[in-house]
Amino acid sequence: MWPAALFPAWEFLVSKAKRRVVVTGLGVLAPNGHGLDEFTSALRDGRSGIRHHAHLEELNFACQVGGIPENVEQFQEQYLSAEELFAMNANMIYAAIGAIDAWKDAGFEVPGPEVEADWETGAIIGTGIGGIDTISQTLGPRVDAGKVRRLGSTMVEQIMSSGNSARIAGLLGLGNQVSTNSSACNTGTEAIVMGAQRIRDGLATRMLAGGSEGHSHYIWAGFDAMKVLNRTKNDDPAAASRPLSASAAGFIPGSGAGVLMLEELESAQGRGARIYAEVLGGALNCGGHRQGGSMTAPNPNSVQRCIRGAVADAGIAGTEIDAINGHLTATFADPHEVNNWSKALERAPADMPYIHSTKSLIGHALGAAGGLECVASILELHHGFIHGSINCDDLHPELEAFAGAVVHETIDLPDLRTIAKASFGFGDVNGCVIFRKFA
Amino acid sequence: MENQDVFDKVVEILRPFAKNEEALGTISLETSLQKDLEVNSARLVDIVLEIEDSFDIEVSDDDADGVNTVGDAVNLIVAATS
Repeated sequence: MWPAALFPAWEFLVSKAKRRVVVTGLGVLAPNGHGLDEFTSALRDGRSGIRHHAHLEELNFACQVGGIPENVEQFQEQYLSAEELFAMNANMIYAAIGAIDAWKDAGFEVPGPEVEADWETGAIIGTGIGGIDTISQTLGPRVDAGKVRRLGSTMVEQIMSSGNSARIAGLLGLGNQVSTNSSACNTGTEAIVMGAQRIRDGLATRMLAGGSEGHSHYIWAGFDAMKVLNRTKNDDPAAASRPLSASAAGFIPGSGAGVLMLEELESAQGRGARIYAEVLGGALNCGGHRQGGSMTAPNPNSVQRCIRGAVADAGIAGTEIDAINGHLTATFADPHEVNNWSKALERAPADMPYIHSTKSLIGHALGAAGGLECVASILELHHGFIHGSINCDDLHPELEAFAGAVVHETIDLPDLRTIAKASFGFGDVNGCVIFRKFA
Repeated sequence: MENQDVFDKVVEILRPFAKNEEALGTISLETSLQKDLEVNSARLVDIVLEIEDSFDIEVSDDDADGVNTVGDAVNLIVAATS
């Protein structure tokens, strides 16, 4: 082998390849709570954020319930100026609140405009659908009426896919990579895997990573038309999101934002930051719409490969996983997903780790889902508990063998060490990330 | 409408767009929208739209391009409404 001294670039890459990534900040704006205290207690108490929404009923939606962060208009001005809010839709506002909360939680102050850009910190904040409320309510009607001039200056920044991350860059003075990824319901998890990878590669010291989604009924309408939303519980919203249940009849749409501050370990330790967890590893892939995969269904081989890939990347065995925060939306796919976890981790049903679904409490927040559920997973690691997966007392018959692994009510688990979180999205795309309590 | 009323209304329109709150506190007809109030240049389009809505007038692109100060806006409105 050639002496490394002759190849300083190679030496650089080797040293960077050893970089470890930890989570030093969390931001959450969920239908059942804003901020870590509220969200943690909602998870622990099994408090649902699903509500009936009159406008959905008036518009003849079959599913008239959903998850929307509450009272945001009452506190958004604590985060954003009138001029900023003037150019932001719900998706952007949610993302900004989540990112600012994560930033502050990591121990940083929001910098003023005179402070130079932070070249070591970037953001990958994804969204699944983005600013469709702006498109539907403003852009389309005004353009069709011949009133292009009346669009004003804010249209592009609100409808460009990267609007959420771009706004965050300005609010926080980010100078590293700033981008918005989009991979449907895998978006938030994908962002976290990509953000961690950028730090591991030595290209950034810190990355805000996660996802956001607005609550527009224009987003939810397409899913309602597909009949993939549960239309049987309009009179009982808290019981509407039923992952793992025999009576699951479709998912419940949600919204909000979940953002992690990912940070290189030495940087975190050097500044004495609180470390919630380590990102041990992750994987992303696509099933290519083969072997049963399609635009709307996952290729089981790709799901298993993704989980195995994340476990291998983490350098652990499948037996080391203590708990799974599944994708688990409450569609026909839940039993398939659990079986895929069992095969990928090479653990028999009776030997499966705890499994639960945060969507049972907040619905499926689409592009924000992975971010919100990763925040939930890390809070569980940090505080030593697994929240109950509500509404599955009537466990799906195909999951009987896994009954011992399903967490119905919150359990304290001080020894909880390792959680796997996965997301699977339209387009047959998958993401899985492994978090471990940092010790 | 009295010029003072127009001025007051213009100030209210400008308020959410002004990044320099100190300049907003000493605002006068000579105050520059961009240099003093530090209004984002892209937002001048929105300010003109707000003026059109508030005073029920139409502002041509040429006239809009000539608005640099608070006084320019007031004069333009007074001319269009008198």
